[in-house]
Amino acid sequence: MSQSYNRGLIEDFGRWREFEAGMWAWIFHKFTGWVLIGYLFTHIAVLSTGIPAAGASEAAIAAGNDVYTQTIVSLEGLLLVRILEVGLLAVAVFHMLNGTRLLLVDLGIGLDAQDKSFYASLILTGAITVASVPTFIAGAF
Amino acid sequence: MSTQIPKQTEESSETDAETEPASKGDERRAEKRRRAAERREQRQAEEAEKAAADESTVELKVFRYDPQVEGKQEPRFDTFHVPFTKGMTVLDALMYARDTYDSSLTFRHSCRQAVCGSDAMFVNGGQKLACKTQISDLEEPVRVEPLPHAEVTKDLVVDMEHFYDQMEAVEPYFQTNEYPDGELEEQRQDRENREKIKMSTRCIWCGACMSSCNIAAGDNEYLGPAAINKAYRFAMDEREGEDIKQKRLEIIEQEHGVWRCQTQFSCTEVCPKDIPLTDHIQELKREAVKNNLKFW
Repeated sequence: MSQSYNRGLIEDFGRWREFEAGMWAWIFHKFTGWVLIGYLFTHIAVLSTGIPAAGASEAAIAAGNDVYTQTIVSLEGLLLVRILEVGLLAVAVFHMLNGTRLLLVDLGIGLDAQDKSFYASLILTGAITVASVPTFIAGAF
Repeated sequence: MSTQIPKQTEESSETDAETEPASKGDERRAEKRRRAAERREQRQAEEAEKAAADESTVELKVFRYDPQVEGKQEPRFDTFHVPFTKGMTVLDALMYARDTYDSSLTFRHSCRQAVCGSDAMFVNGGQKLACKTQISDLEEPVRVEPLPHAEVTKDLVVDMEHFYDQMEAVEPYFQTNEYPDGELEEQRQDRENREKIKMSTRCIWCGACMSSCNIAAGDNEYLGPAAINKAYRFAMDEREGEDIKQKRLEIIEQEHGVWRCQTQFSCTEVCPKDIPLTDHIQELKREAVKNNLKFW
């Protein structure tokens, strides 16, 4: 007992092929949560550059010449931004659906079907994301 | 642990005998022993060769490590070819490998029927009870490792001390302040209550759940699924009475109690006794909230 071998934590994610549904749900929920937090701060930072638009004249706003409109229009002109928006929607939708699933788990409802509800939230996320593509990509090319 | 004591005394008496001045008889016996060992090695090598060539054998890859043997200080995997028989479990295969090829292969086992809980192992990437896992259900080669997130003492044996500490932390025994009137009267439990705690009483302390839990791996103070399940078994037992239940809730609602659970369901997936561990943890969470939420 004097010596023992500690294999550490590395093995955990090296074994992703053997993960069960609940484990994947946990990983995706963490991941999407962090992405949403990251997006939130980027969102605040980018939009705050448009604050001077509040002082712009009515005519400038109507013509779309104010800083805010200019920023949004130039961002939306980038194909990369359009694609990232689709990704953001996917991440947000999954986080919401899985969050609902976790809420039910906390209430003790349907714990036997926890893997099925995870697959359902994945499929629903996929469907909603695919359905959103025309809206987000329209006019980008 | 008690089973090891006679063995140790046996060993020490053996070494005593060896330190005595060697007589001619002793030399002869030593020579005989050496020859027997050589023959055994040769036979084992032949057996292994034959088994490797045979098609109806199972390939086992077994984790080997022993800090006390020079050649085994660096962990490695050894391959064993074990003849398959119908109904063979992972434990059967390991025992065959130990008895036929390498007597130093070390693993815990006792009852061989999923009751004692001593042979939880990491088989093909999942925590399994070796005596309850059919070889025919597994993909080959069968990879057998000691339980993750526990320190390996030797080969497939891990140090369970921490797990037992967590189990004892929840006071896993019946306590009550409400005794029946007559001295010989029984403490009866009604059928519904028994049914409620039925699954939680099945725990065999194998440690598979604790090993599968990511949170327990990162937080050494977390009670872990098995201990919380034990707490559930007694907290939900109506015979214990309200004040004892209160005491139990205080243990499990601490920082490293039920609130560490992030409903990964890993423990529920691996439990060899099919205990709905996450179910029980979640119910205790709700009990803890109800216990602390007071609107008056």
